[in-house]
Amino acid sequence: MEAARTEQSAAGKSSVKRGSSDRWMALLFLLPSFLLIVIFVYGFIGWTGYVSLTNWNSLVPDMSFAGLKNYVFLFSDFRFQADLRNTLFFTILFIGLVILLGLSLAILLDQKIKGESIFRNIFFFPMALSFVVTGVVWQWILNPSTGVNLFLQTFGIQPKWYTDTNILAGFQWGQIEFGLPAALIAVGLAAVWQMTGFSLAMYIAGLRAIPDETREAARMDGATEFQIYRHVILPQLHPITVSVIIIMAHISLKIFDLIYSMTGPGANFVTDVPGVYMFETTFRGNYYANGAAIAIVMLLSVAVFMVPYLINSRKGAS
Amino acid sequence: MQKRVWVIFTMIFALILSACGSSDTADENAGGSGSSDSGEKATLDIFSWWTGAGEEDGLKALLALFKEKHPDIPVENAAVAGGAGTNAKAVLASRMQGNDPPATFQVHGGSELNDSWVAADKMEPLNDLYEQESWNDKFPEELIELVSKDGNMYSVPVNIHRANVLWYNKKVLDENGVAPPTTFDEFFAAADALKEKGITPLALGDKEPWAATHLFETVLLGELGAEEYNKLWTGDLAFDDAKVKAAAETFKKMLSYVNEDHSSRNWQDASQLVGNGEAAMNVMGDWAKGYFVNDLKLAVNEDFGYLPTPGTEGMFGVITDTFGLPKGLDNGEDVKKFLSVLGSVEGQDAFNPLKGSIPARIDADVSKYDQYGKDTMEDFKSATLVPSLAHGSAAPEGFLTKVNQAVNIFVTQGDVEQFTGALQSAAAELK
Amino acid sequence: MVLRGVAKPASYLILIAASLFFLMPVYVMVITSLKPLDEITLDQMWTWPSAIDVSSYSEAFTKLAPNLMNSFYLVVPATLLSALLGAMSGYVLSKWRFKGSEVLFTLMLFGMFIPYQSILIPLIQFLREIGLYNSIPGLIFVHVVYGIPITTLMFRNFYVNIPDEMIESAKIDGANFLGIFRHIMVPLSLSGFVVVAIWQFTNIWNEFLFAVTITTAEQQPVMVALQNLSGSQIVQWNVQMAGALLAALPTLLVYILLGKYFVRGLLAGSVKG
Repeated sequence: MEAARTEQSAAGKSSVKRGSSDRWMALLFLLPSFLLIVIFVYGFIGWTGYVSLTNWNSLVPDMSFAGLKNYVFLFSDFRFQADLRNTLFFTILFIGLVILLGLSLAILLDQKIKGESIFRNIFFFPMALSFVVTGVVWQWILNPSTGVNLFLQTFGIQPKWYTDTNILAGFQWGQIEFGLPAALIAVGLAAVWQMTGFSLAMYIAGLRAIPDETREAARMDGATEFQIYRHVILPQLHPITVSVIIIMAHISLKIFDLIYSMTGPGANFVTDVPGVYMFETTFRGNYYANGAAIAIVMLLSVAVFMVPYLINSRKGAS
Repeated sequence: MQKRVWVIFTMIFALILSACGSSDTADENAGGSGSSDSGEKATLDIFSWWTGAGEEDGLKALLALFKEKHPDIPVENAAVAGGAGTNAKAVLASRMQGNDPPATFQVHGGSELNDSWVAADKMEPLNDLYEQESWNDKFPEELIELVSKDGNMYSVPVNIHRANVLWYNKKVLDENGVAPPTTFDEFFAAADALKEKGITPLALGDKEPWAATHLFETVLLGELGAEEYNKLWTGDLAFDDAKVKAAAETFKKMLSYVNEDHSSRNWQDASQLVGNGEAAMNVMGDWAKGYFVNDLKLAVNEDFGYLPTPGTEGMFGVITDTFGLPKGLDNGEDVKKFLSVLGSVEGQDAFNPLKGSIPARIDADVSKYDQYGKDTMEDFKSATLVPSLAHGSAAPEGFLTKVNQAVNIFVTQGDVEQFTGALQSAAAELK
Repeated sequence: MVLRGVAKPASYLILIAASLFFLMPVYVMVITSLKPLDEITLDQMWTWPSAIDVSSYSEAFTKLAPNLMNSFYLVVPATLLSALLGAMSGYVLSKWRFKGSEVLFTLMLFGMFIPYQSILIPLIQFLREIGLYNSIPGLIFVHVVYGIPITTLMFRNFYVNIPDEMIESAKIDGANFLGIFRHIMVPLSLSGFVVVAIWQFTNIWNEFLFAVTITTAEQQPVMVALQNLSGSQIVQWNVQMAGALLAALPTLLVYILLGKYFVRGLLAGSVKG
């Protein structure tokens, strides 16, 4: 009884006494979006999954069933193994830096700084740019024989940036050397430049939401500024950090345009990622089934993060 | 009030409809192959990736010649820019799959033509055209083989580029007392001497991995000779054969003499190193001549010289651009008229001097070509012609993709066993 | 007040250093694009041009102009249509909830996080079937469809904040489903509409994967054309930088003029709701 009543009131809250024509109209309003999503998201994912199980690896579609052949090939393929390694390290590096930089800048901007809005705008504007623009510009800046190295000459260091083929802390694993490819640091730098604005905006919003009274109260208790941040403010920013991690992770796992326009697969595939491999193998090499298998692996890697997050955040909301 | 909502709706849907409608008409114009108004001839859209400086001029000259000969048939330059042909090939694939083929399209002779479009039954044989124009003794036999499958000819070659050319900076070699090398031994001796002087012996720009594959293909040719090299593509010689491994070792040794930043350069950037004397030599197809002369303003045989890559004297790695007739066109006869012009002496001599390639015919007018062209035309008549791997003539695209991948790994890792093993397992694609 | 003593100047120092990092690419882009080609040599990258040369802009503009127009033809209808669909479904999902509508909403939201590679192969087959492959209308369609999740989310979040009481009283006054939408929801969510429109405008303008796989040659939006500027011939860096600036200009202008809304869209993209 109790449960039924709360459900009723929850439903009634937003939709009182719907007339039946209104109900039809509501259905009509939702229907186009609903159908499009069902077909073009879920239906097409299913179709891609099906393609990934076929022999369609040439110009002419061949839909004969191939079992897991394409997946077996992928996971034994040097390039794909390198892609998985690169994605993993790129994601860690990228998220780590975006959070660190975004949070630090947010805290600094929180100090009643003069010209705060100017700084904010400077940090935000790369968000309005395309990854392609970022890639084109950073390719030039980090080109080892032009770019920023001309500056660094004075200090006697000449990093090879995205042309570096070293794997940091690497060890042999499967066919590949497992470790952080040094070239990814260069790509990461460009990605961080572009995306820090997002985490910064999130943290600024989070800091603003913390009432001044909370800080005042802590101050009354004799806490130093550092302690206030450490024990009062940072814990409250925790959910924001989770959001930032999830959003950045899904961007990082499906990244394509930045790397495609900045470096391509790179020597020894040190900057290759599944997105680039999928594009090249499918649309340049005509390996459609292989490409579909890569896409499905990408989807699953994103889903592992997104599904729990979505379910959680929906639960929290309703 | 409610009405206004519906008005907005209707307007938006009208917008969608009109957008779709306009696209249909655009398609018709661009397609060229579709139904045409009665009486008026359908436009021939000539599909290529010739958008660069010299090549675009060559194409335009060819189109102008065609217009002069056949003023009643409209032609259109449908070139697709970007990615050294990769974009164009993707566009072509989608048009062919969508049964919307261009009137005729650029395709490298050899596997790129035979194992994809001919094998997929998308091309018309051109035997009657060859007969009519008596081309059978105007193009070299080995070249006709590259555009034939099962005894039928499927396209008309317009030009020839040579793959196995070693370019060198004349001043750099002269000043250091190094003679242009003709064998691998001479090459390595020269490279050591140059390295000692602080000059990069060999320039490479493999940002796009085909450039490294291109170098490897010339090493294979030099080490194996033409006959054994050709056996690789028929499956009569395995890629993990000791001879191939020896070639891979040589390739590896050559890589130890290249510029450190090779992976951030494309082929032009690498040629530039030779042009400005930072590096002494590089291996590139003879489109590099156009770059030296037109872009870097260097003089043939004065600033830079050329010779066949080590060990390939008397061999000629062929890259030929050809044009064929796709199936399912209404105006096939008009397309054949275009192909006739393209295959004529006049057509080839209009196109090639501007493009910087040599004609595919052996009876073209030598006086229209520069010294490099004259030398190469001479070699073309006498040398053994072999198909190029890196440019899709020797083996199918799928195999090439995997070779590029293996080469990309090998350039960094230098593991000969792994490299030849990867090539051998990719060779399964050849069957 | 908050941080005392040396801390404050130090904060400024760090912020200024960070600003330099963020502005450096802009500096490089601007000075490079203003140089004549013979000054684009390795050792002069950071120096000012000896004389301002805008020829690279005219060259970049001639090359990109058709693609810039394509981008406008693409972005404007795609933005409006996806906003409209989002407003419609967001309205239902916030104010006319039904059993299972929350699940439905979550399922829709997932659509904005999928890697689009996972629908690309069937999408291209489909577009080819209906004859919209390699056309701007085809690309509009794609962006409308895959824009639904984010626009629905944004509109739903705006509508949730509109008090139910207003709707109750409107109903009592005899307003129906459409009337409420037209006279209450739409007027009250105009700023929300601006946020959504800016967000979609920026995203669609900047998008690359669909653009590069669905369109070719003359139909391509500006981002693909920009990428192709470095295609087959020598890279003319001044032209490329000028091209990059031109291609970025519309979204940059939107950001400069309406930055507040842009940031709101940014935050709305992080689910919650």
